[in-house]
Amino acid sequence: MKRFITSGIAATALSLPTLAAAQEAVSFEQKVNDVFAGSTGWFVNLIFMNLPGTSFPWIVLWLVVAASIFTIYFGFIQIKAFGHAISLVKGDYSDPNDAGEVSHFQALTTALSGTVGLGNIAGVAVAVGIGGPGATFWMVVAGLLGMASKFTECTLGVKYRNEYPDGTVSGGPMYYMVKGFKERNLPGGRFLAIVFSIFTIGGALGGGNMFQANQAHAQITQITGDFSGLITGSIFAVVVFMVIVGGIKSIASVTEKVVPFMGVMYVIAALMILIVNYDQIGWAFGQIFAGAFTGLGVAGGFVGALIQGFKRAAFSNEAGVGSAAIAHSAVRTKEPVTEGVVSLLEPFIDTVVICTMTALVITISGVLVWDPQAGTYLLNEAGTAIRTTDGSSGVALTSAAFASGFSWFPYVLAVAVILFAFSTMISWSYYGLKAWTYLFGEGKTTELIFKLIFCFFIIVGAAAQLGSVIDFSDAMIFAMAVVNITALYCLMPIVKREMNSYFDRLKSGEIVKHKH
Amino acid sequence: MSQTTLIVGLDGSDAGTRALDFAKARAKLIGDCRIMLVYVIEWSPFSFQTAEENDKRHARREEELNLAHERVLDPAVKATQAEGCTVEGIVKHGDVADILESLAKTHGASQIIVGRMGERGIKERLFGGVTGRLVAASSVPITIIP
Repeated sequence: MKRFITSGIAATALSLPTLAAAQEAVSFEQKVNDVFAGSTGWFVNLIFMNLPGTSFPWIVLWLVVAASIFTIYFGFIQIKAFGHAISLVKGDYSDPNDAGEVSHFQALTTALSGTVGLGNIAGVAVAVGIGGPGATFWMVVAGLLGMASKFTECTLGVKYRNEYPDGTVSGGPMYYMVKGFKERNLPGGRFLAIVFSIFTIGGALGGGNMFQANQAHAQITQITGDFSGLITGSIFAVVVFMVIVGGIKSIASVTEKVVPFMGVMYVIAALMILIVNYDQIGWAFGQIFAGAFTGLGVAGGFVGALIQGFKRAAFSNEAGVGSAAIAHSAVRTKEPVTEGVVSLLEPFIDTVVICTMTALVITISGVLVWDPQAGTYLLNEAGTAIRTTDGSSGVALTSAAFASGFSWFPYVLAVAVILFAFSTMISWSYYGLKAWTYLFGEGKTTELIFKLIFCFFIIVGAAAQLGSVIDFSDAMIFAMAVVNITALYCLMPIVKREMNSYFDRLKSGEIVKHKH
Repeated sequence: MSQTTLIVGLDGSDAGTRALDFAKARAKLIGDCRIMLVYVIEWSPFSFQTAEENDKRHARREEELNLAHERVLDPAVKATQAEGCTVEGIVKHGDVADILESLAKTHGASQIIVGRMGERGIKERLFGGVTGRLVAASSVPITIIP
């Protein structure tokens, strides 16, 4: 296993420069793209394979069915515990003697800074661009259901984390797979943990890295004009290198403080555009509901809207993927359920609030070309997505939509995108590292190797084209979900036991608020 | 009943030491008196942290507590004991004003004694604008030592 991965990565790393040097006539970007698409295509196809006889990818069904099962199995925990989640985040139930430990608020915001990012800006634009406004409806549905998946995985993440003698903690799906399966006398826990870790490394390099670099570059070039992605990639790689290898905490901590501010700014800007166009909000919601069930002539019709909505929601809030279980496991609590409850706010903030804002702004701004006679959206020439006024897609489309309200907004968005991309990269470098050390053991050298690979892929991501990067990123992140949700099914009785015990004690008054 | 409790805020600065000296003098006059030495490590549960900081947080906290004991609190407790006073040392994370105030309440302290200005440096900045807030919020008399 170990040798396979190492040699695979080494081969990729070696082949890129050699090929580029051999054919200088073809641009480096093109080469990167070809090698990349060629070597990952089979895996992408496997993950996005349609259900036999339909055009519905099995993976989307997998995620939605899981989220629905968790929702029912835990008795609509996302509604039942929503208020309690907020008082936990406020610290009402935190023991004052634990002051100085990681709080619920900190665990939540750390996890959020890993998920709030380009998924909310670029991902939503992709979803609405292909699936039409109706995709928003399905995105919100997926977000609401996903809250239950998050609850399940984060409760387990805290319950089965490793606490080391030096006081550090490591948690995440690989730990609950091993320990939880052992507790329930189920076979295969170790195997799942290894497979999950491999996909997590892929996800860290894909959605957590290349997709981010790619879209940050796209946003920058929209303002400055076109230049090589190698430059953007290299700058990003150097800064990330300084943080994760050089340990320059100040850069990371500045980002951590600016990102939440940017998130709030983004929502305020979106709200302002909505307020200015208040007369169209009703129309936009009409489009969203009508489109959700009819497709309004978009690529793939109703199913297209549904698939895009679900796909983007999963990619944005990562519910069921397992990444959040890694981020949430550092919190200080005696009750794993409390962190599960707090984590269900994450898909809500990420998808139901922020993604919906983006989708509404795109719909209202009129950047999607509408055919008033036919009452449908017009498709582009290839017939793969809705035609846009300036032909843009992804983050550029969001940028254009916001620019219709505030002409200067693309500049703010560029800064936001860069910061979001950066903070997501830092978060995912941590998730990837945890998976990596799970496979290869903890140690300075093994950690350094991963960090260097991570930085290298930033350059690849910025130079490659959106299509192949987005496919690979999606595939890896969904592959994580395949393994993680399998484990969640096996372990959900444990979560239920914990949940019932906790809420019983809360009701009986055994667990009380601390006075502050 | 009737033991008097004085709370003294320490921050490793000279002003903190002067506050302690003042408290010792009071304690000797009062007789049956307990001095509580409190060192607060400035910390908020609502700050933003990276995942890596979070997973090392517990270890860092222990380190901070040890350091506070080692550098400031334990020497001060020892010196005070040597003078024959009843003394107790507490280190806590949080907001200085909040913590001094809540300790005063829970222990029924008769007053809080603090130095006017803290020292920026060694570990955490302690009193700086905080004294004002403490004065505004406190339920017991406060003595501020210049």
